[in-house]
Amino acid sequence: MIRLPESFSSLRGRETLARSQVLQRSWPVVLDLCVAGIGLACFYGVVVIAQYWFGHAEPEIVISQSPRALPLYAFYSVVRIFLAYLLSLLFAVGYGYVAAYNKRMEALMIAALDILQSIPVLSFLPGVMLAMVALFPTRQIGVEMGAIVLIFTGQVWNMAFSFYSSIKSIPRELSEAADIYQFSRWQRLVQLELPYSAIGLVWNSMVSVAGGWFFLMACEMFVLGTRDFRLPGLGSFLQTAAGTGNTAAIVWGLVTMIAIIVATDQLIWRPVIAWSDKFKFEQVESTKQVRSPLLHLLQHSRGLRTLKHHTIRPLGEAVYKRLAEERKARSELAAAAPPETEDHSASLKTVLRVAFVAVAAVAVLYAAWHAIGLLHQVSGPQFGEIMKGALATFLRVNVSLVLAAAWTIPVGVAIGFHPRLARIAQPLAQIAASVPATALFPVILIALVQMGGGLGIGSIALMLLGTQWYILFNVIAGAMAIPSDMREVATLFKFTRVQRWKTVILPGIFPFLITGLVTASGGAWNASIIAEYFHLKGQTMQTVGLGAVISAATDSGQFQILLLATIVMALMVVTINRLVWRPLYRLSESRYKLGG
Amino acid sequence: MQPVIIRAERVEKYYAQPSENRIQVIAPTDLSIAAGEIVALLGPSGSGKSTLLRMLTGLSQPSAGEVYWHEKPIETANVNVSIVFQSFALFPWLTVLENVEAPLKARGMEAVERRRRSLKILDTVGLDGFQAAYPKELSGGMRQRVGFARALVVEPEVLFMDEPFSALDVLTAENLRSELLELWQKKTIPTQAIFIVTHNIEEAVLLADRIIVLGRNPGRVRTDFKVTIPHPRDKKTAAFTQLVDYIYKVLTQPDTQPPALPGTADGKRGRAPKQHYQMLPHARPGGIAGLLELLLDHNGKDDIYRLADDLAFEIDDLLPIVDAAQLLGFLTVTEGDAAITPTGAEYANSEILRQKELFRSAAVENVLLLRQIVRAIEAKSDRSVTEEFFHDMLDEQFSEDETLRQLETAINWGRYAELFDFDASRRRFIQPEKLPAEADQQSAEEIDA
Repeated sequence: MIRLPESFSSLRGRETLARSQVLQRSWPVVLDLCVAGIGLACFYGVVVIAQYWFGHAEPEIVISQSPRALPLYAFYSVVRIFLAYLLSLLFAVGYGYVAAYNKRMEALMIAALDILQSIPVLSFLPGVMLAMVALFPTRQIGVEMGAIVLIFTGQVWNMAFSFYSSIKSIPRELSEAADIYQFSRWQRLVQLELPYSAIGLVWNSMVSVAGGWFFLMACEMFVLGTRDFRLPGLGSFLQTAAGTGNTAAIVWGLVTMIAIIVATDQLIWRPVIAWSDKFKFEQVESTKQVRSPLLHLLQHSRGLRTLKHHTIRPLGEAVYKRLAEERKARSELAAAAPPETEDHSASLKTVLRVAFVAVAAVAVLYAAWHAIGLLHQVSGPQFGEIMKGALATFLRVNVSLVLAAAWTIPVGVAIGFHPRLARIAQPLAQIAASVPATALFPVILIALVQMGGGLGIGSIALMLLGTQWYILFNVIAGAMAIPSDMREVATLFKFTRVQRWKTVILPGIFPFLITGLVTASGGAWNASIIAEYFHLKGQTMQTVGLGAVISAATDSGQFQILLLATIVMALMVVTINRLVWRPLYRLSESRYKLGG
Repeated sequence: MQPVIIRAERVEKYYAQPSENRIQVIAPTDLSIAAGEIVALLGPSGSGKSTLLRMLTGLSQPSAGEVYWHEKPIETANVNVSIVFQSFALFPWLTVLENVEAPLKARGMEAVERRRRSLKILDTVGLDGFQAAYPKELSGGMRQRVGFARALVVEPEVLFMDEPFSALDVLTAENLRSELLELWQKKTIPTQAIFIVTHNIEEAVLLADRIIVLGRNPGRVRTDFKVTIPHPRDKKTAAFTQLVDYIYKVLTQPDTQPPALPGTADGKRGRAPKQHYQMLPHARPGGIAGLLELLLDHNGKDDIYRLADDLAFEIDDLLPIVDAAQLLGFLTVTEGDAAITPTGAEYANSEILRQKELFRSAAVENVLLLRQIVRAIEAKSDRSVTEEFFHDMLDEQFSEDETLRQLETAINWGRYAELFDFDASRRRFIQPEKLPAEADQQSAEEIDA
């Protein structure tokens, strides 16, 4: 469930979330080129594998539409989300750790993060699916892995960035304390780095998992050329139901979806947030805390405590003892060994490293060159089509942002200013926000078609559905953060309505609004891939747009167009981030920061 | 003579600059810590006290020179030291007991023994019964006790302290200080030597057997002497106040090298920058006026030590204000006494607009940076200059942090004196806007003059 950042005052989380999209640029352009090269190389690799397998037949999987199948389908979907999240968490921690401590790799890895999170995940879909199908002997596992990897690529980057920036912002004296008492890397990780980054990770995890549902709905059922990849799950259930116009099944599916999300919130996020409260880095105890009966139960369970006493604790002791012995042995060795041998092995290491980098560079260049070669096959008219699509999608994204802002700003401010209204509206909004837009999309599209509307409006509706909540919740948080004495000043001097909005409210919510818009803009671009091209009731609906180009190229297996369109989209997202959002974000950080 | 535990030989710290020039933080320094002594390191802010402490503990590598631990280079030695930090540096997610146990865990000590030792040390520092509390539930003084317990539990040979009492209120600090002294004198703790960094002169004189005073630009040892006053030391005795007074004199009288001209020969290497900026003391105009008014109340001349006492200021708070007033020619300092000058007296007695005028002329006359900014604005047709321009020039001479602070102070002074205004969103110095009437008046004055 998407939650107000304020509900566990994770301002740190809010900042890292937005900052990850408007990174301070601290690396040379060369690194961006390197990253782009590596990206192209990966793409080529995937295409080669995919083309090899393209000719193989695919057994049909029939998706049942009976409500009885739902518990099992829901279970499958939850397992997929869980596995993808676990993978993301491990990867994020590893990636963030290496980026934070390896000076050589740091700039390259952060540049990679910046670009990777700008690439629309869904255009990876065909490549990843085919690669996974190729790698695993039995098809179904391949498709499963494909879906998991895809969700993973959608949710990992903000978590990795959150962990990285947490490590980087550990207060100097804390880290010196760990140094002076000779903490091993393990102890540092467990007692300093993980706890310090816990709150940011929790907040980003919630956002990531919500995003995961969005993508899962889209990728459980997808068509590539004549091949139809299906996975039994909630997403495919809803899509099949929508495709055949089975209203009862749609309602059942949505109810299940909401039930799962509410249950996740109560059984997982609430306890986790309540637990993570102790990782708050603050000097005074806060009065407002999230409570969770489940956590209370777990913490006071005698059985669990005994279990911990007999498993984790002795294991931990053994690990610490072992690490201390190793350190001792190492320091004795260092004291005893003459320094010359070190030089020798160091020079050998340098040679090996240079050789490795050289080989990797050649391989990357080779593959990137071939990927660019692929682009030669794109004809002039096709190129024009992509450019036209890019313009259309650009307009559509901005229309959806404007529409979202137009209703969320007044509503959000009203909710933020009136605590009583907030108490009723917030839980409702949280539930509404937590239903993945992709699950609702078929339903809305059917309604639109019946009313005579088309995908042009439908796609804006989907972008709106997927992204308006980010703005709403941020505006609410922003309105709550405006100090009441500032509002009292406005009342005291009898500010007119316009004056009040211009001098108090808008500047007050500005930083929050920008955070919301940055996140929403990225989400809207990604959503365009599903929104502009859709299979409904056995026919394909499509409108002009970059997302439609990507989806159509996926359908027909035209990798060269897919590649070019993806590059164009990534370039547009990166450019907009750099030219629009980053300056705005900086402005909000400097001039409109309250209490700075 | 007790054996030497830590010895620093010609250690120095500098930051390389892109332009050959480098910024010297600490000039080559020799220093040693012997068993059985409490050494206090005093110095104004920016003298590199904390940097020196970190080099002595092995946390930070000197740019040149070497630190020896029992005559072995510190990188290869098995160093047993602890640090008590100013910010306590406790892990807020661990309980008091877990915080104290953490260093022992790192050494791989058995759980039972670890627990026994931790409880014992918690008892020693007076934290019995607080084992299960989290640091955020404790008061500042209690938290620093946990800091002490964590430092002492490893039985360090040398206990380092980096301004351990400066985040605490006066009474709590007093209390903790005397308890520490008691532990040390009764040999309750096996620690061989204590090294404390502080900016509180009285604290140093109360605790230390030896006091080292650092100067700045670059950081270097000004004086190093033994304190022979017997314990318990009484703040009111003549010997005590004389010593405090003496240290004030040393600190306010950088006669070996005046602060107005940083980087005179010693310590600096490579190409010297063409123009020297003074190091602007980070004082606010309001503070300067306040000090001068106080000085007038004291008949225009007083001991700086007494002034600090009256204000309940520590040297880090007072010295920048004294330096600034001196730089502007509002007062003079001789032998630790501050005496107000005629301009200073006029400044203190004037109303706000006249004060600004006096400040303006004093600033333009005495402060190179402000003079340059005003000239640069006048020279430009659009009457505005970027901050970057001055940033780059200052950067040649100061570290990045210091450059930013210098600019901040210059902006503050310039705005107050109405020499210029600063557009924070465009980061430009601009000519101040004048009220039409005031502008007329000023031009009339100019004609009069």
